[in-house]
Amino acid sequence: MNLTLHVWRQQNANNSGKLVTYRVTDISPDMSFIEMMNALNQQLADSGEEPVAFDCDCLEGVCGTCAMMINGVAHGPEGATTTCQLHMRKFQDGDQIYIEPWRAKAFPIIKDLMVDRSAFDRIIQAGGFVSVNTGGAPDGNAIPISKYEADLAMDAAQCIGCGACVASCKNGAAMLFTAAKIGHLAHLPQGQVERYERVVKMVEQMDKEGFGHCTNQNECEAACPKEISVKFIAEMNRDFIKAKACLKAQNS
Amino acid sequence: MELKSNIPSGPIEQKWERHRFEMKLINPANKRKFRALVVGSGLAGASAAATLAELGYQVSCFCFHDSPRRAHSIAAQGGINAAKNYRNDGDSVHRLFYDTVKGGDFRAREANVHRLAEVSVSIIDQCVAQGVPFAREYGGYLDNRSFGGAQVSRTFYARGQTGQQLLLGAYSALSRQIGLGNVKMFTHREMLDLIVEDGRTRGIVVRNLLDGKLETYSGHAVVMATGGYSNVFFLSTNAKGCNVTATYRAHKKGAAFANPCYTQIHPTSIPAAGEHQAKLTLMSESLRNDGRVWVPKNPGDKRHAEAIPDSERDYFLERKYPSFGNLAPRDISSRSAKEVCDEGRGVGPTGKGVFLDFRDSIRRVGPEKIKERYGNLFQMYDRITGEDPYQVPMRIYPAPHYTMGGLWVDYNLMSSIPGLFVIGEANFSDHGANRLGASALMQGLADGYFILPYTIGNYFAELKGADLEADARASSTAFSSARTESENYIKKLLATKGKRTPDSFHRELGLMMWDNCGMARNASGLKQTLTKIAALRDEFYRNVNVLGGGEELNQSLVKAGRVADFFDFAELMCTDALHREESCGGHFREEHQTEDGEAKRDDEQFCYVGAWEYRGAGNAPLLHKENLTFENVKLSVRSYK
Repeated sequence: MNLTLHVWRQQNANNSGKLVTYRVTDISPDMSFIEMMNALNQQLADSGEEPVAFDCDCLEGVCGTCAMMINGVAHGPEGATTTCQLHMRKFQDGDQIYIEPWRAKAFPIIKDLMVDRSAFDRIIQAGGFVSVNTGGAPDGNAIPISKYEADLAMDAAQCIGCGACVASCKNGAAMLFTAAKIGHLAHLPQGQVERYERVVKMVEQMDKEGFGHCTNQNECEAACPKEISVKFIAEMNRDFIKAKACLKAQNS
Repeated sequence: MELKSNIPSGPIEQKWERHRFEMKLINPANKRKFRALVVGSGLAGASAAATLAELGYQVSCFCFHDSPRRAHSIAAQGGINAAKNYRNDGDSVHRLFYDTVKGGDFRAREANVHRLAEVSVSIIDQCVAQGVPFAREYGGYLDNRSFGGAQVSRTFYARGQTGQQLLLGAYSALSRQIGLGNVKMFTHREMLDLIVEDGRTRGIVVRNLLDGKLETYSGHAVVMATGGYSNVFFLSTNAKGCNVTATYRAHKKGAAFANPCYTQIHPTSIPAAGEHQAKLTLMSESLRNDGRVWVPKNPGDKRHAEAIPDSERDYFLERKYPSFGNLAPRDISSRSAKEVCDEGRGVGPTGKGVFLDFRDSIRRVGPEKIKERYGNLFQMYDRITGEDPYQVPMRIYPAPHYTMGGLWVDYNLMSSIPGLFVIGEANFSDHGANRLGASALMQGLADGYFILPYTIGNYFAELKGADLEADARASSTAFSSARTESENYIKKLLATKGKRTPDSFHRELGLMMWDNCGMARNASGLKQTLTKIAALRDEFYRNVNVLGGGEELNQSLVKAGRVADFFDFAELMCTDALHREESCGGHFREEHQTEDGEAKRDDEQFCYVGAWEYRGAGNAPLLHKENLTFENVKLSVRSYK
């Protein structure tokens, strides 16, 4: 296949960037999107131009490192797929492909297609855990957990933290990411003790990082490579309202 | 260099218990005076950093990713072993210990393995308490499945993403400590050197990958949790970023490297599609619970799988190993697959593949059940190959996956440099010459949660006088000269301005290693490869092309540095493989096999850990031997027939 790529190039956060057009030839339909980008970079290096900086690591769709807007869609046209798992057989010979970084106020650009997603880490640091120290945990079977609840927890826990939800949201909201962690722990008995404190702390941190608000368009769910459901956002909202009311009652 | 294993005396069941009591403690008020630098944030690194911080030590943690949640532990699919015996199928600490020693082909330390089996049960409890959503049965209790190399069901799992869930558990514990201000987290940092002065580890040199600046950090101990070196083969199941740089540079500073030739080739990876291939994707070994492995009986049979009747199929694992069948250990399954492909019976466009067929299981339990067990893996396979495994059998082929070798450590997980601890895949300690499935996650977490936090305290407690002044040392010449050395090295790579990219060198080196130091090795191939590596490395330093500058984000520069270390390391690996004149576990020397092609171990001559000491560029490394004694498991021929 021969393709025309329009790739966002930006030296660093302070410079302004622009789309640069490149042509790549002899792309095999069995290549992954990342392998196609490697072919582009090899071509650039051979001609003495600096390769395009982009993130990727596991190439198995689970580490959450890779992140590209492909023709305006986070991770490209195939549903439930990360950029690294997208294969070129989903494109046609002669296609024009626009490749851009995640765009969101809370994800500043580092270089080319790389953005800074450390805001996600700070949301987790604010409360995305069970406060248990190592040692002295009771037997793993001490508290039975219904398969139904455990499966729901796992549905939410699958989040890979890639940021596609933020990138595809017109408001740049991190609701799905935050709700996934809150939902994971809220469906388990181990998460109950800190449940309401957690939701308040994580939502406040999310707001502080500059993520936008949710207007229920569900673009996040559509883009999520792990198909995490927006119902977790509803659950988070319910817990948040409940928590605010309870905390208010406690304080008065 | 003298290698003292420091294995405690006494019966094996009591060694760890007794050792824990004998180790010195540090009172809570003094703990905050000690600083540990943890390099790596995978299962081992994140669990260690979190636990050390909970204990009250100062902790700094470094990773090259943009977040500690991305380390390659995340990609482990199948599960984690623990001797819980929830299934009442005869499992016990002793059986897990026995299986691991036997599975490792009698090349691991008994005492370490026993300790691993002991703490395995606490790991599951800890992870459940953190909220790791393990698979459950309808009664609400934890589910288990069986895995290669074992006849009991002791593997805990979270769908096909066990590594992800365990890592996110450790990451959440680490995040909690970061939020509390007890761990300083440094992302986008690549460790370039270890600083050793007056015989002890004092700190590290790292490069900030965002701005390219070199930084030094001082501490009372360094904990390396920097993973394995499978990417020496270029194509492996490891993430692109996995590299040997940190461990190899520590080796150059005096840490002995043990058993580098022990590499695990995983039997079930998706075969390479072509030249462009960037990495190989693993299909979890758990698939072998329900999939049957076969090739056509006749060489050159190019019919579609469905068109080949059962009478013309060779279910070679079931035929050769009737008692373990498709669950034969990884090394044995991989070699068998290579054998049938070498006979011309391989399948797929390249002829390098065997079928993993779910037809019979789908008929037996129905597609729904299979989907529940392996849904995400089937989906991933479909996405990569464009084929639907519910309809046609998967095609699989062995791929480099895990490395049992690593920096040598004693029973306390301390390397041959005092104050340098090595945990997880980066050390050599528990898996001998072959690792059993679902044991890597177990070892990483055992080291990080339950072993290192004790043993490092014992080291700190013994420090006196000037050794306590870590901050003062940060301005010593050892720090500034280590930094200058790294600076000059980077300048050298940038100044070469040749014609070839780092990746093209890496690909060539990897192919060479795969052909000659991969699934099967022989003396003449290894000798030739040693010569070829030296020649290719010479070309690398003359002809590598690193675009961009040093003081900025530069991905080609990062790759070039990693490839350079893979060259030196590949030499060490071949040297080790050449010296070990036996076949054991993942190390198969063609000269040493039985008549029916099984590995032939030589316990008379090689029942030892081979640990190599670095003696300067251009000099041959020096071999040290740590003899292995087996008092609890009888040395025997490993049979899975």
